[in-house]
Amino acid sequence: MTTTYPFSEADRLRLDPTYLRLQRTEPVSWVRMPFGGEGWLATGYQEVRMVLADPRFSRWATVGKDVPRTSPVLENPNILAMDPPEHGRLRKLVAKAFTTRRVEQLRVRAQEVVDAALDDIEAQGPPADLVSTLNMPLPITLICDMLGVPEGERGEFQGWTDVLLGFGVSTAEEIRAALDSLKGYIAGMVAQRRRTPSDDMLGALVEAHDEEDRLSEEELVVFGVTLLVAGHETTANLLGNAIYTLFEQPTLLRSLVEDPDLLRPAVEELARAIPLAAMVALPRVALEDVEIGGVTVRAGETVLVSMAAANRDPSVFDTPEKIDFQRGVNPHIAFGHGVHHCLGAPLARMELQVAIGTLFRRFPTLELAVPVEDVEFKRGRLVRGPLTLPVKW
Amino acid sequence: MSKWQVQVDREACIGTGMCASSAAAYFRLENGKSTAVQDFVEPDELVTDAAESCPMEAILVRDGDGVVIAPEP
Repeated sequence: MTTTYPFSEADRLRLDPTYLRLQRTEPVSWVRMPFGGEGWLATGYQEVRMVLADPRFSRWATVGKDVPRTSPVLENPNILAMDPPEHGRLRKLVAKAFTTRRVEQLRVRAQEVVDAALDDIEAQGPPADLVSTLNMPLPITLICDMLGVPEGERGEFQGWTDVLLGFGVSTAEEIRAALDSLKGYIAGMVAQRRRTPSDDMLGALVEAHDEEDRLSEEELVVFGVTLLVAGHETTANLLGNAIYTLFEQPTLLRSLVEDPDLLRPAVEELARAIPLAAMVALPRVALEDVEIGGVTVRAGETVLVSMAAANRDPSVFDTPEKIDFQRGVNPHIAFGHGVHHCLGAPLARMELQVAIGTLFRRFPTLELAVPVEDVEFKRGRLVRGPLTLPVKW
Repeated sequence: MSKWQVQVDREACIGTGMCASSAAAYFRLENGKSTAVQDFVEPDELVTDAAESCPMEAILVRDGDGVVIAPEP
């Protein structure tokens, strides 16, 4: 009998054991997806990396097609759905701004935002909610600064993002309407830049279109939407999940408070161990027959990959279920692999380092204001994350 | 046109696999880190694009005169 995906409704940060059972027995297995029928699911580390890196697996071939998938809507043309060399044409327009070296220059700004958020929390007194005061404002402020979204217009897009990524709760019509709203929002800023040029990232993209013809008008607007959404939703939730995990495992938190040098490896290890996505996404279609993980994926068949499962493959990670800040080599693929490797990874890493490092340095006795099992998580969303994190100190 | 020199700083490389995927003729992953398939190559935009796209700026491309042409500072 064909296994039906998802195996269960996402439960906090728990990875359904079916992933790891499949990884042991059939690292590329045939499953029924919620939309578009049946396809392959890769769970082994080597197999997942191969699918992500091998140009015989195409993202572009899924655009507008009713392929096996978890999203209620068909794939839209955007950078996440493009193959080389088209993908590189867009990516290189912004890649420089997201290098580790350039992102380091934003660390001071991130520190300011975190300090201000923690000042507010302190003034307000316990209990305080970290999600609304720290986790959301930090990535939103940084990506909006980079793109050039004016301070007064930063509240509008979060509701649309909620609908856009509500794979389990939004209807296809609602998702399309949310995307249209986001496109209208960015299009307004693009028009503004045609009246008054600016030296932010949206300004640079407008220039790349108007003066150099390096991307189309539609690509320009959709790229802006993608950068805005990807720039805050994943980071805010990864940060929430990371703080939740530290509260859930107090020995980890204590080790971090006692030894601040563990901060960087801790962020990597938390990224490895936390299954950020509630379900697999971003399907790929084989352009020719490919032998992988003991099966033949036929040309035209779809493959989805679980990076969360790959990050727990015991052939790569010793005691993978254990979160270990002393883990030496940590070749996790939480930020993906291959050409689509997360553009914002250096930014996300830096934001998590600043937020987590500062939070527990300033409030070393910080703890949840409710029992850990009472922390509520979002439901029906592509990205897992706590709704609120009430804390006291 | 004279050949370009391609160098990968394996200390800086974090193995994203971007260069090995987008320019497989020029880069491959060895033990999880990128390495140049050949040290000297015919000029090809794929090589400079890979250098410009690397988040760690771990790829250095020089022209025949030894001048760094990617990544841009």
